[in-house]
Amino acid sequence: MKKSKIPDDLINRLWKYFASVKLTVTLLIILALSCIIGTVIPQNESPAAYFFRYGEFFYRAFSALDIFDMYHSWWFQFMVFLLAANIVVCSIDRLSSTWKVIFKKSPSFDIAKLKNSYKEEFTAVHTHGELKTLFMPVLLRLFKYARVEDKENGFVIYAEKGRWTRLGVYAVHLSVVLLLIGGLIGSYFGFDGSVIIPEGKSIKSIILRNTGSDQPLDFEIRCDDFNVTFYESGMPKEYRSGLTILENGKPVLKKDVIVNDPLHYKGINIFQSSYGMLEPEEISLSFTDRKTGSVYRTKTSVGKEIELPETFGKFVLDKYSRAYSFMGHDLGEAFSGMLTPIKGEPVQVILPLKYPGFDKMRKDELIISAEDTQRQYYTGLQITRDPGVPIVYSGFIMMIIGCFIAFFMSHIRFCVEVVKKRGKSIVVIAGISNKNKIGMEAKTKKLAKLLSNKL
Amino acid sequence: MNSSILLSITTFIYGFAAFLYIFSLVFKKPFFGSLGTWTLLAGISGNSGGLLLRWLESYRLGIGHAPLSNLYESLIFFSLVIVVVYLVVEKIYDNRSIGAFATPLAFLAMAYASLSPNISEKIQPLLPALKSNWLIVHVITCFIGYAAFAIAFGLGIMFLLKQKDSKPGISFLKLFPDLYMIDELSHQMIMFGFLFLSGGIITGAIWANSAWGRYWGWDPKETWSLITWFIYATLLHARFMRGWRGKRLAYLSIIGFLAVLFTYFGVNLLSGLHSYGQ
Ligand code: HEM
Repeated sequence: MKKSKIPDDLINRLWKYFASVKLTVTLLIILALSCIIGTVIPQNESPAAYFFRYGEFFYRAFSALDIFDMYHSWWFQFMVFLLAANIVVCSIDRLSSTWKVIFKKSPSFDIAKLKNSYKEEFTAVHTHGELKTLFMPVLLRLFKYARVEDKENGFVIYAEKGRWTRLGVYAVHLSVVLLLIGGLIGSYFGFDGSVIIPEGKSIKSIILRNTGSDQPLDFEIRCDDFNVTFYESGMPKEYRSGLTILENGKPVLKKDVIVNDPLHYKGINIFQSSYGMLEPEEISLSFTDRKTGSVYRTKTSVGKEIELPETFGKFVLDKYSRAYSFMGHDLGEAFSGMLTPIKGEPVQVILPLKYPGFDKMRKDELIISAEDTQRQYYTGLQITRDPGVPIVYSGFIMMIIGCFIAFFMSHIRFCVEVVKKRGKSIVVIAGISNKNKIGMEAKTKKLAKLLSNKL
Repeated sequence: MNSSILLSITTFIYGFAAFLYIFSLVFKKPFFGSLGTWTLLAGISGNSGGLLLRWLESYRLGIGHAPLSNLYESLIFFSLVIVVVYLVVEKIYDNRSIGAFATPLAFLAMAYASLSPNISEKIQPLLPALKSNWLIVHVITCFIGYAAFAIAFGLGIMFLLKQKDSKPGISFLKLFPDLYMIDELSHQMIMFGFLFLSGGIITGAIWANSAWGRYWGWDPKETWSLITWFIYATLLHARFMRGWRGKRLAYLSIIGFLAVLFTYFGVNLLSGLHSYGQ
């Protein structure tokens, strides 16, 4: 039977190792340190940006260690897994002894240990019978459990409460496991994506954030309208999208979605996240002759060539940009176009929608400007599904309740010993608690006062 | 009287209280200590009055919101909580030496809020993302936790000072509670702080989930709060290991508070940041 002893021993040692608080402390410190790395080195940027910042050697070293997407790397997740294993093994290891303490029919008291702690003492002239009937009701009112044991020269009352609070720590530890399970479920069965919907249009699928691929939905989302309001200072005040959910083309739900007030439908959450204006399809242009002041107006779109009057030649809009940058300034939405005079070289013209006079800077005979036409907003929605959330939230609740119990409630045991000495009864009160040793002093004093007041 | 004048006055009151506590400790004059307590009580009235006034003022400007929406307001609230938590400790443990370490922190927070050129005192309207009751609960819980950690930090320093004390009898360190008591008290503070830090992280996660659909995104601020949480969890567990008593825990408590400060201010120095309530 010698053979099986070795693996048994190994399993035992492994078990002990995983049940140790030393491993916990080590893991927590390593996790804290590695999280620091993740905040100092920005995560999930483009390889080019990293290469530029750290140079080739460190770029290669860091990418080999997955440091650019650290929180999803195998080694980080492995440590989290070790922590979870540590919690589970530790809890199982300790639970059986805790369980015995909590669910014992008649709890045992160690009088030597009790009396080794802070004590209060007073004397009484009553008989032991009287003292029992005076003290017991008080203790039964204050404690969940109390019993009398007769001794040679007197008696002892044992009282205790809060046995169950020893479970608080288990709740905290279980809550951490719940958070991890919830997170895991979310990352396997959930998704996180976004979509842009022009006013009046509807969509049936969204684009996933991580992969950029399409995720079809079981229903359609229509944006009926979008509104943005501003404070006087120009700060945005509210983004509001009127959304309708359509099933087989029929509207089933209508709601205005604003930031912090998402729409939930069939386990999918729809959040307001951005907005913008659609690229204009048609644009009004005006051409002013600087000399004569005569103005020629027309409507056009990108790519369409216009013949200009007199000798001004041809003009074509070639590009639209959402945020045109001119010598480091953001001019906002702008078109660029090409003016080809009959005589001379073609010139590039920039037409920011916000600054109609911008083209005067070119000091040409012809001033061109683009005017804003009726424009349509689109709303940007973030669309997520996370079936792990209920588990995570129950972890949250459990952690708070568990911490409260573990920190501020304790298993308290008292003994009230009465001994006859020279015709008088000496009453000794002592108590212990599984935590907050300093607070016990005050509690013992209080109990002593309560009992002596009964005399 | 407007809120910023009242809060400036409060800053001076806290400075004066800190002076009284330190003076009373160094020169062993208990009378100045009790004067310090009364001064702090005046400071609390000014501090909470200032916050309430600011709340009213924001409504008068037509952009009413709780005064917990930016760095300035959170620092003011932080001072208030430090002082309140400290006074509770003072009352329960009947020892004013801790005040010499706690009140300067409240004073510094107020002074930093009023004097730093980077911190705007203006009452600003709320960005859409900040319009959430979870945010208010989030800020309150976080700062109660931070305040408890701040006091534990003061206690950690007291522990180290007292432990180093080699010439007993001639120093004001005698007025400190004994080492066992400092250790126990700082453990109490850390448990209190840990509960509220956990609550702060949780309410922040719930807020993020209701605003963006993600309860956790590993952005630097979130991650630093988690680092802080790991450090204090380490401390709580280290007490169960042999040899990890007293001094080492005092160091951990100091490191923990530095992590709190970094979570609060330092994260803005990192690249790719999410500034206050982006
Ligand atoms: C992030 C993970 C963890 C958190 C947040 C956590 C939290 C806590 C808290 C709040 C306490 C109560 C401390 C006190 O009463 O002062 C505690 C106690 C304890 N924890 Fe953890 N814990 C974690 C992981 C672990 C792990 C992995 C182990 C495995 C060995 C462990 C073992 C213990 C033990 C033995 C106690 C003392 C229980 C007692 O009072 O008898 N913890 N933990």
